[in-house]
Amino acid sequence: MSILVLADLHEGQLAGATAHVVAAAQAIGGDIDILVAGEGVQAAADAAAKLDGINKVRVADNAVYAHQLAEPMGALLVELADGYSHVLASASTTGKNVLPRLAALKDVSQLSDVLGVESADTFLRPIYAGNAIATVKSDDALKVITIRTTGFDAVGTSGSATIEAVDFVADNSQSSFVKEELAPSDRPELGGAKVVISGGRGMGNGENFKLLNGIADKLGAAIGASRAAVDAGFVPNDMQVGQTGKIVAPDLYIAVGISGAIQHLAGMKDSKVIVAINKDDEAPIFQVADYGLVGDLFEILPELESKL
Amino acid sequence: MKVLVAVKRVIDYNVKIRVKADHSDVDLTNVKMAMNPFCEIAVEEAVRLKEKGVATEVVAVTVGPKAAQEQLRTALALGADRAIHIETDERVESLAVAKLLAKVVDEEQPGLVILGKQAIDTDNNQTGQMLAALTGLPQGTFASEVAVDGDKVNVTREIDGGLQTIALTLPAIVTTDLRLNEPRYAKLPDIMKAKKKPLDVKTPADYGVEVASKVSLLKVESPAERKGGVKVASVDELIDKLKNEAKVL
Repeated sequence: MSILVLADLHEGQLAGATAHVVAAAQAIGGDIDILVAGEGVQAAADAAAKLDGINKVRVADNAVYAHQLAEPMGALLVELADGYSHVLASASTTGKNVLPRLAALKDVSQLSDVLGVESADTFLRPIYAGNAIATVKSDDALKVITIRTTGFDAVGTSGSATIEAVDFVADNSQSSFVKEELAPSDRPELGGAKVVISGGRGMGNGENFKLLNGIADKLGAAIGASRAAVDAGFVPNDMQVGQTGKIVAPDLYIAVGISGAIQHLAGMKDSKVIVAINKDDEAPIFQVADYGLVGDLFEILPELESKL
Repeated sequence: MKVLVAVKRVIDYNVKIRVKADHSDVDLTNVKMAMNPFCEIAVEEAVRLKEKGVATEVVAVTVGPKAAQEQLRTALALGADRAIHIETDERVESLAVAKLLAKVVDEEQPGLVILGKQAIDTDNNQTGQMLAALTGLPQGTFASEVAVDGDKVNVTREIDGGLQTIALTLPAIVTTDLRLNEPRYAKLPDIMKAKKKPLDVKTPADYGVEVASKVSLLKVESPAERKGGVKVASVDELIDKLKNEAKVL
């Protein structure tokens, strides 16, 4: 078997998610190649070559792959997929955008958000917002899979794979990049942070989210939010943790003013330790929290910050 | 411009699901069903495009059992002009749905196709992208803003780090994210009127599409239940527990 992993990029650099996808590929077994596609991605290719257990890194460095638009990326994957038994990407917005195109053009199904590998053709994936786990078997010749990165521990970085250029240049006259507005942040990425502190509707407004900053600074935490807080306009959607937002599984998750709707729990219930701070002692979040503190978050947060 | 909007009948957003005792699937007997929330957003966007004079006709389509006509009637009540029901009792996966929708696109020649980004039952997030690939039309997924401008559409997309705006040539495929709009509720007179709007019933065979998939569902289980822990009385006790018991600080 041989597996092609599509590398995740973040602002042109190799994103942490890729090392988790490689771990999933190792669980399947076989030769593992990584595809790095974009414009000016040599540094990302060098970083990918250092991941453990990689056969080779294939680099498609061309302006047509800038911003990883779906149409040229799909065409590139179709061009390269022959000879591979599996093509994997992380279940990031890029992986989700691109991989179904490969599957459709190869006339195979895609398995989304795989969080466990039983064998080379049998996988575990969450359905119904993670309230059920399905075991699915694919008899397709090519298996196209997006990986939920929280299900696999990242591989190390002591490898030295060879790097080779891919000459194929896709045509794209249908879609073009206009602009990107990325939230600037000096905090760790939500998906990869060891500690996450999230606010919900109980925060009251966007300004109050600043109460989480000091605690996040002290703990080196990423800051998240529930969908209710996003819907209320307190914070941008890229902070959303849940079924329709990001899936996180940090060592410590602190939920502040979050009631614990099933859609939110779907995004964080695999965290190692969960702390809930809420004024309503009946809030469902307490049913999953290891430590619950009932009280007024506007008193608790400053106290917590000063005592950490 | 004609807008085609795809909808799916799924378990209601607020229902807590149960796994069947034999672990063959999730138990959907006597469970409240509804239109997938992302599909509601898709219908709303299509209707708004018509209200703005950008769209001239809104056609709703679904693939599913007879009962899925309820969701088509809902789409008609919300403002769609007519509906197409591709009736099947099979478990239809994203690829087969995309193949069927590709045939409908071929027949109807819409300027824009709007779908939800994912259905809240299988959580696949595939159909729109597959439809785009099969029809050779460009895609704007996870849209939080859709602006039609002549023969182009600008789509602002919710991506992991923030927002991305892309320009697509029309016709194009768009999938909706949560913040695209807030769907309206259907009014009673519109629900009554919807009963008289045209609804065509077809089968996958009419389109020559085989819906069988090479993916089999072996087993469905409940996830490991997370047990609730303890309530602590103070911030000091919380910090003590996190340091000395959980050892995460």
